Amino acid sequence: MKPHPNVKFLRKGVLPHQFCPGCGCGQVLNYLIYAMQELNLDMDKVVLLGGVGCNSRIPVYMNTEVVHGTHGRTLAWATGIRLANPELKVIVVTGDGDCVSIGTNHFVQAARRNLDVTVILVNNGIFGMTGGQAAPTTPLGSRTSTSPMGSMENAFDLCKLAETAGATYVSRWTTAHPRSAIRSIKKGIEHKGFSFIEMVSQCPTYFGRYVLKIPIEKPLEYLLWLRNNSITKEKTSQLSDEELKEKIVVGDFFEKRAQTLIERYQKMEKEVRV
Amino acid sequence: MNKSGEISGTHFMLGNHAIVEGAIAAGCRYFAGYPITPASEIVERMSRRMPEVGGRFIQMEDEMGAIFSVIGASLAGAKAMTATASAGFNYMQEGIGLAATIEVPCVIVDVPRTRQDIQPTESDIMQVKWGASGDYETICLVASSIQEAFDLTVEAFNFAEKYRNPVVLISEANISHMRGRLEIPERNRIKVVNRKPATGPPEDYLPFRAGENGVPAMSSFGEGYRVLYTHNPHDERGRILNVEADPDGYEKLYDKICGKITRDTDEIARFETRFLDDADLAVVSYGTESSSALEAVIRARSESIKAGYVKLTTVWPVPERLLRDVAEKVEKIIVPEMNMGKYVNEVKRVSCGEADVIPLSKNNGEIHSPEEILKRMRGESG
Ligand code: SF4
Repeated sequence: MKPHPNVKFLRKGVLPHQFCPGCGCGQVLNYLIYAMQELNLDMDKVVLLGGVGCNSRIPVYMNTEVVHGTHGRTLAWATGIRLANPELKVIVVTGDGDCVSIGTNHFVQAARRNLDVTVILVNNGIFGMTGGQAAPTTPLGSRTSTSPMGSMENAFDLCKLAETAGATYVSRWTTAHPRSAIRSIKKGIEHKGFSFIEMVSQCPTYFGRYVLKIPIEKPLEYLLWLRNNSITKEKTSQLSDEELKEKIVVGDFFEKRAQTLIERYQKMEKEVRV
Repeated sequence: MNKSGEISGTHFMLGNHAIVEGAIAAGCRYFAGYPITPASEIVERMSRRMPEVGGRFIQMEDEMGAIFSVIGASLAGAKAMTATASAGFNYMQEGIGLAATIEVPCVIVDVPRTRQDIQPTESDIMQVKWGASGDYETICLVASSIQEAFDLTVEAFNFAEKYRNPVVLISEANISHMRGRLEIPERNRIKVVNRKPATGPPEDYLPFRAGENGVPAMSSFGEGYRVLYTHNPHDERGRILNVEADPDGYEKLYDKICGKITRDTDEIARFETRFLDDADLAVVSYGTESSSALEAVIRARSESIKAGYVKLTTVWPVPERLLRDVAEKVEKIIVPEMNMGKYVNEVKRVSCGEADVIPLSKNNGEIHSPEEILKRMRGESG
């Protein structure tokens, strides 16, 4: 049997993966591979970074340079890697807990600097790896293992956060929008500056069971929920604020060409050396 | 200043600036920092000097940002450093644990200080070695003069590169904030060690296989080796350990990352001894305390106290052979420290009861005066 042409993107000897059946992580991994393949990236020059959590483990399976395993610090790594060798393509694959709970400061600061890096944030609205605890992305009122009476806190709108902080490409899709997701990931990788793609994803084991009450063995129902609950940003004007609260708004939200951190360094360095 | 922005010759320089020049001489071309007294002059001078020497400087959002960006830069092939002070060092522990586990060379300068008054202290002497979770080793050197601030920064980089490990340089606030004579040799007279590069085809490269000296060769990002660096326990290829398939994996990993340092302790040990031959009382000191200790020993000799002097430059790994030899030779060892008595317990451990090990502790932001040490020596002899 001929191996799948995209197998070359996977690191040898790391399968089977650790994701639960029906988890969205596999899809995001797949979308990333398609994006890289369609862009025909030089895989030797790609660095993938993941922190800690189910979503952050995605890079471990990829056959590129990879750093993994410290919670929330991906964008600090990215800063050093980009400044030390601007030729490298740095792509962060992170989760909501990793990036906007423990890692928020590095995230907003890297966006503020317009550091030339692509962040794919896989948002499943909960801490998966540690057993279904509330995250800064968990919707208000959700019952989780640390909010048994319902979450008391508002959830982040991650795209607004990224844009406010200074990201220059901002987009959101769900795992139920493969084509758009791949297109946005490609766009993000090609974008000069800080690009942010939020991938709303399914965690059947915790968010599905605890919050949506979808039986764990029916991840397809979850995916359909993601699709049917999404609305493109163009259509939002047809809904009231109340109706919108329940929806996942998807689309490209922001795009701008602005000087990147590296470009500023290079300009300053020319002046210093003269 | 030469064409590449490096300086040499005789200077009257601030300790913190000497550290910057030492780093540049050693090949440091990436610095990330976060302001903190009394380390800020390192951060400030780096912001000006890095662009001059073709390196890059960034002020990060916090100390974690600083250490993790240093790790990133080192993985991308740069010699990289950060600098902080006590409280900031706390935050860096996680990064030091990672750097040791995935074997990333980097240098961390700690300028230990008391809270509030920002006075010198040695109360960090244990946290520079034991602060992060997990099993790992660090190398730690302590500067006791402006010249040493320069020389030991070079040495710290050389150790970091040789052992693929984080190295801590301690410069007490009274060194960092003192000006003094500094001799910077010409570039070609400074010994600089570089990490052993990966060679051969990527398929054959094992990024975590102990090589010569127990240290693996290291590729840089972008060279085509496509290495997986994970903080999780990993095998020689870097893959997350499958304990069922590799039941000895944990032990092999931790024996390697700790063993490459501990087995080379004698090689890493830097120290100075004087008057030990006929001594029956020794003063073991490190950092700026050693200048008072030497003065006290010299005065004690004039009072016919058979005193010996030991100055530790390498404090981690503990120079065990030296300390054991000293303990076997003398009756008593006095350990003056600017803390409540910490490193003295290491001296005690290594002495195995061969000598009476006596702490001389002080933690009010001042070093011991020679008189204070001498008084204790008089009390202990005779
Ligand atoms: S816990 Fe949730 S996010 Fe984690 S692997 Fe399982 S389904 Fe996926």
